[in-house]
Amino acid sequence: MKYVDEFRDGALAQNLATSILKEAQPNLTYRLMEFCGGHTHALSRYGLLGMLPANVQMIHGPGCPVCVLPIGRVDLAIRLALEHDVILCSYGDCLRVPASNQMSLLKAKALGGDVRMVYSALDALKIATNHPTRQVVFFAIGFETTTPPTASIIRQAKAAGLKNFSVLCNHVLTLPAMEAILTQPGGFPLQGLVGPAHVSTVIGSKPHQSITTRFQMPIVISGFEPLDLLQGILMLLRQVNEGRAEVENEFTRAVTPTGNLKAQALVDEVFEVRESFEWRGLGSLPASGLKIRAAYAEFDAELRYPDLIYANVPDHKACECGAILRGEKRPQDCKIFGTICTPDNPIGSCMVSSEGACAAHYTYGRFSESGTAKINVSGLSRLHE
Amino acid sequence: MSKAKNIYARPLDLKHGRVNMTHGSGGRASAQLIETVFSAAFDNEYLRQGNDGAVLPLPPANSRLVMSTDAHVVSPLFFPGGDIGSLSVHGTVNDVAMLGARPLWLSASFILEEGFALSDLLRIVNSMAQAAKVAGVAIVTGDTKVVERGKGDGVYISTTGVGYVQGTIAPSGNRALAGDVILLSGTIGDHGMAIMSQREDLQFESAIESDSAALHELVATMLATGADIHVLRDPTRGGLATTLNEIARQSGVGIVLNEDAIPVHPQVAAACEFLGLDPLYIANEGKLIAICAATDAEKLLNAMRAHPLAQFSALIGNVIADDACFVQMKTKLGGRRMVDWLNGDQLPRIC
Repeated sequence: MKYVDEFRDGALAQNLATSILKEAQPNLTYRLMEFCGGHTHALSRYGLLGMLPANVQMIHGPGCPVCVLPIGRVDLAIRLALEHDVILCSYGDCLRVPASNQMSLLKAKALGGDVRMVYSALDALKIATNHPTRQVVFFAIGFETTTPPTASIIRQAKAAGLKNFSVLCNHVLTLPAMEAILTQPGGFPLQGLVGPAHVSTVIGSKPHQSITTRFQMPIVISGFEPLDLLQGILMLLRQVNEGRAEVENEFTRAVTPTGNLKAQALVDEVFEVRESFEWRGLGSLPASGLKIRAAYAEFDAELRYPDLIYANVPDHKACECGAILRGEKRPQDCKIFGTICTPDNPIGSCMVSSEGACAAHYTYGRFSESGTAKINVSGLSRLHE
Repeated sequence: MSKAKNIYARPLDLKHGRVNMTHGSGGRASAQLIETVFSAAFDNEYLRQGNDGAVLPLPPANSRLVMSTDAHVVSPLFFPGGDIGSLSVHGTVNDVAMLGARPLWLSASFILEEGFALSDLLRIVNSMAQAAKVAGVAIVTGDTKVVERGKGDGVYISTTGVGYVQGTIAPSGNRALAGDVILLSGTIGDHGMAIMSQREDLQFESAIESDSAALHELVATMLATGADIHVLRDPTRGGLATTLNEIARQSGVGIVLNEDAIPVHPQVAAACEFLGLDPLYIANEGKLIAICAATDAEKLLNAMRAHPLAQFSALIGNVIADDACFVQMKTKLGGRRMVDWLNGDQLPRIC
């Protein structure tokens, strides 16, 4: 596959792994956080974690949109589907996020709620156009990557004069979350950050400078392909070893310093920053989420359904999603990981999306704690191909 | 037959007609539908007896009977490379074949939705008859029911297959042994992606065709090599990954795959890439996995590659001792990871 295989080349990966091994000073421990769920997924799916030296540790960050969605927001979506008889459109991963009273959007669907999985925001708009007699609500989640498409459909809905369409907006911002991680009380040592890939195509590399300056934290913006990640990790090690704290851009084929100005303008036209927004694991963060501007208020589901009042719902007592999202704990440190909480029956949101730290470790990484991880595959019998 | 047709006031309108509730009532309309559509297409000595069941001959001495059943609810009903009719034959024939058996007879039950176009039904039934003919199996008994409009999705077909397996041949999911090798008969994910490419909300242009095919001739060829095949399985729903996890658990072993060796059609790989899916979890309807002793591998692989349905067969991995029954994979990149059971439906990642 052109433009894909180039970034998944096994020989180049081995070279990079060797370079990382050489760069990593044996007397140091490098604790690096990959911010994005996309990075977490790629690290696990391609088996990259096992290619890193033991003293280069990857801490999974909070950049998984599904994982940081608090229970109370999912509750709102479920109420819309069950009590207001709307067609509730959502991205696939949201359907299984555990909500209050052991509910989820998937279970709401089984109870008769009209919940539909869409592949793009535009599909939700199409459903509204095709069902003029039904109210259609798009459950919008995600960081800066998925915000412009939501802005675009709201603008299109207004242009078309749609009266049966609204958006339950849960869009959040990357940098406030990064700040929250780095300023949390009793914070933990972190030597570098793998900066977001797709988010940076929209916001650009420049805004990350506020973080490097304020926290003396090296950041390397990396793509989601495995070679991107290995290269990004190598660049971070070099920064640490040379005592630099800069924003470096590994993902130059897609990320510019200023980002996608058109997308930024679109988002700015439709959305404004909320006073505060609750994140799972990080709590309420000021100026960290977006809401729909007054000019587009008719498309704001929270205004259209005034009885939808957000209520904070605490996580399951035994669930460590919060500590995991803050980078304080690893999935396998959670008591219910892999026993009570599995991808088939997730208790916490990190077990839902394939980008979630727990789901990634459960699905791809669990074997590393068993004895068979040491078996040398190339030593097993092979035929002449 | 010609006399019997006279009891119907007018012939069935197979061009513009639609299924209605009387077609499932057991009365004259039911009989007309069965005669005109089903019996005409499936015609064989057992159906001609006109009874509610089929009386079948005993299998040869030194053989055992094998039976399997499968319900088919695919949407859309017609897809590149097949339709629900051919699929309902292949699916059951393959389940019987994976026990090392030669399938001989099928039963078929149809649940039709009121309003379903008779022309579509005829197309499906003819495709089923053709698939059965090619596979050398007879559809010997059947049933038709009609449900109200909105209570079904056009047509559901349930088929049951009976065949026999000879001598001591006994491939079984619990017979994989540490040291065995895993052979796969060709590219994975073709069927699932052919279906996905046609889904209403997801149409994308591709030349991907379903691999739907009857595999018992291939199985017979493989058994004829004399290789001691421990496990045979067709990786349908849940794909290769789920099937291997089932086998690992059944046999109490671990599996290590070599990603580089697993054949994937470039178009399937590309479609999976942009939908955020993994071909390891996408359904196949014309592929099989064989697990055998390493010493038999070369012989078996050569026989498979000589068969038109398995030209791209490959040795994709090894069975190891592992109490945790994990399926692991050496990635193309040189890393290691687990290959877990399919979890829920395959849902696309959102960023």
